[in-house]
Amino acid sequence: MGFAMSDTHDVLFRSLADPTRRALFERLCREGEKTVGTLTAQAGISQPAVSKHLGILKQAGLVLDRHEGRQTHYSARPAALSPLAEWTRQMAGFWEARFDQLEDLLKRMDQ
Amino acid sequence: MTDTANETLSVVVERDIPHAPEKIWRALTQPHLIEEWLMKNDFQPRLGHRFSLRDEWGGVLDCEVLAVEPNRTLSYTWNFAHDDPAFDLRSVVTFTLTPKGAGTHLRMEQAGFGPEQKQAIGGARHGWQQFLAKLERVAERPDFPGETM
Repeated sequence: MGFAMSDTHDVLFRSLADPTRRALFERLCREGEKTVGTLTAQAGISQPAVSKHLGILKQAGLVLDRHEGRQTHYSARPAALSPLAEWTRQMAGFWEARFDQLEDLLKRMDQ
Repeated sequence: MTDTANETLSVVVERDIPHAPEKIWRALTQPHLIEEWLMKNDFQPRLGHRFSLRDEWGGVLDCEVLAVEPNRTLSYTWNFAHDDPAFDLRSVVTFTLTPKGAGTHLRMEQAGFGPEQKQAIGGARHGWQQFLAKLERVAERPDFPGETM
C-alpha cells in the first residue's frame, strides 16, 4: 500500500513515546540550546537520568550535542520529525487522488 | 482504537462535493461503485461485516465495518497484515457526510499505527496530533533557534 512504517519511524516513535523525553525535546525546540545542567534544574529528575534521555533523543537524531569545556550543550533538530510528516503527506495524497476518482464517478452516476 | 483516537496519528482529507449526501453514500457503499473510485471489494453496509479491499498491485486490506449511519457516517477498519512490523498497519477509516448548500461536505479520517507504534504510544499522555502540531508551529517561527525543516 505504500504506507509502510520504516525503522526510522520506529526509532522516532519510541524516543518520543516517553513524556519526559518529549518535554525535554519540546523545551529545546522552544527555548533553543541548553546545557544538561540547565535542563536538569527544571526536569525534576537526576542529571544522569536527563543525560540518558538526551542520549536516546540523540540516537533518534532529534537533538544534537556540542561539547564546550566541561559542559555539554544540547539543541533540537526538528527536521528529524519529517518522516512522520512524510507518512501523513503520503496518506493524504492517496486519499486526495481517490476523492478525485470519486468525483469523476459521481459526475457519471445518475441522480 | 477509538478510545485512544486522540493518541494516534491521523490523516484528514476534506472536500466539498456538489452532489447530495444520498448519492455520495451510494458511491461509498455499493461494491461496483466503490471499485470505480477506491478498490475491488466485497463490501456490505452491515455492522460487523468483514471484507477485503484489493489494490491493483495485489495488496489486500482486511476490513470490518464499524459504523453505518446511512447518508451520514461510514467507518471501517483498514488493516494491512504483514510479518514485518514496519509494514504492518492497523487503522480505521471514517467517512462523514454533512449536507452543505446543494452539496455535501465529505470528510475522511484515517487514524492508526502499526503495532510497534501503538505499543510505543501506550504510555503517551498527550495526543500526538496536538504534539506534532505544536512542534510544527514552534519550528515555523522565524526566530526558531534550530535548523529549518
